[in-house]
Amino acid sequence: MYLTDEQQAILNGSKGETLAKVMKTLVMYGETFGAEKMVPVTSEYNHLVTSFGLKMMGPVFDLMQQLIDGGAVSQQKFSVDPRPLDKKVPANFLQNFIFNNIMYAKQESYEQQLQKLGLMNDDAFTCACYLDQVGNAPKKGEILSWAESSAVVYANSVLGARCNRNSGIMDIMGSIAGFVPCFGLLTDEGRKATWIVKVDCKNKPEAQLLGSAIGMKVMEDVPFVTGMEKWLGTELNDENRAYLKDFGAATASNGAVGLYHIENLTPEAKELGASLVAPGAKVYVIDDAELERVKNNYPVVWKDKDAKPKLCFIGCPHLSMQQLIDWTVAVEDGLKASGNKKVLIPTVFTTAPGVKKEFEKTEYAKRLEATGVILSYICPLMYMNNPLAGKMPVITCSNKLRTYTTARFYTEAEILAKITKGGN
Amino acid sequence: MREFVGRVVAPGTVSAPALVSHGGLNTLASFQKALQFGDKKATCGDQNNPDLYNKQMVGKALCLPQTIGSTTGGLVLYCACAMERNPACMLFSKPIDSLAAAGSILASVWLEGINMPVVDSLGEEFLEYVKDGMMISVGADGRVIVE
Repeated sequence: MYLTDEQQAILNGSKGETLAKVMKTLVMYGETFGAEKMVPVTSEYNHLVTSFGLKMMGPVFDLMQQLIDGGAVSQQKFSVDPRPLDKKVPANFLQNFIFNNIMYAKQESYEQQLQKLGLMNDDAFTCACYLDQVGNAPKKGEILSWAESSAVVYANSVLGARCNRNSGIMDIMGSIAGFVPCFGLLTDEGRKATWIVKVDCKNKPEAQLLGSAIGMKVMEDVPFVTGMEKWLGTELNDENRAYLKDFGAATASNGAVGLYHIENLTPEAKELGASLVAPGAKVYVIDDAELERVKNNYPVVWKDKDAKPKLCFIGCPHLSMQQLIDWTVAVEDGLKASGNKKVLIPTVFTTAPGVKKEFEKTEYAKRLEATGVILSYICPLMYMNNPLAGKMPVITCSNKLRTYTTARFYTEAEILAKITKGGN
Repeated sequence: MREFVGRVVAPGTVSAPALVSHGGLNTLASFQKALQFGDKKATCGDQNNPDLYNKQMVGKALCLPQTIGSTTGGLVLYCACAMERNPACMLFSKPIDSLAAAGSILASVWLEGINMPVVDSLGEEFLEYVKDGMMISVGADGRVIVE
């Protein structure tokens, strides 16, 4: 890989041993993928995936401390994934003990490390950092050093920024050095679609189900999705951005998609059209039967498959303001229709701290509270990552949460019926 | 016996029994339970991977197409290496993905004494041929012998 004189000097140790190791990491990363040069990181902010002070991550905290001690802090401020704990989310005595004293015993000290490394502010804990209320939305064409699969796929696809599917730790390395190796989704060639996905459903497919089917099929490739115009239109707005947020999260977690194009909607698809499709692209046709097949193949790992759900999570990735409002109204209507006053399964909506604050200023906050739904900034995935929660029958309409935990997936309509009308 | 040749991503030599995943390895889902709760054998916890679920990964030659899922994947692999709960080697049929590459590179730059050879681009035939329990020898030049 070609390095500038400055980059070569850093690699040789001109700015200390720690920064030399950071540079060595980035050079090896680039050379593995045939990068010919480094390019400057041009976004205002970074986004890191590692937000949780999990005790098992001792090696990561040690590495972060090496960076701090070596003066190798981020040149950009950054947001980071959601916090793993919130007292408002139901947990029994034993769960609370394990969360606070065993699993996340390092949370406080890790957050102190994040502040030293360049955390944007105390509210910058969300997987959906690009939401207006958070303020970390890169512009089209900007080069990022982000991690968090759902944020990377959104930034690439919906915002038109350029970012590889970087791993945690690698994300901050690029931010410390100020440049990243140029390969993959940073290049025009790497952004071409090698799959054409033809959506041929009768009704608008559920975002997280469609994303799951596509992710499982194309894995790390770039899909060019057609047939969505009748539901999503041709201009980005709050509603279709929220749809694409959830769709992308499912493509990234059920597969490894870092970029997708939606015909006539996402920025590059609008600009470049079919020229984005690489020669010899494979074709995947999705109809209602295919979505049903995908959904029916999800394993159910509950010990008692007929257990009554004890908890419901909605908001992985974090809900947008409009989604919070829409869910509030839907739950109210569902309760009214069934003659119930409160949700019948403990239910948690999760959103970014900044969105939560804005939502709490609206009339909907009290209306949501009246339904019994809990509003939290927590990461449901981190909440679920322990044997006690793993044994709980938890339901969700998030395909990301289903993939990483024992939570059982239902469509949004099924979830709404379960929490407002009851039944297993 | 068959020999396959790939590209060396992390150098080293090792012999170990094969453990085969025909689908992508979801690193977070596979390792998190083992790292979190002291399972030194690193039993795979990914319910969506029928090839690996509930099987021990430590000491195995992990044969796979690529890794998938959360971008914590690289740091999870880095932690597995630091805690000595990593596979003996990782052998990819496809070119390595960015998350597995990150984990492997981070371990080799920031940890002392890690020996987890990584070879990629071994081809689809490699994954079709290799079966759980077959003995695998990895050479420093990217040659992989399956017996």
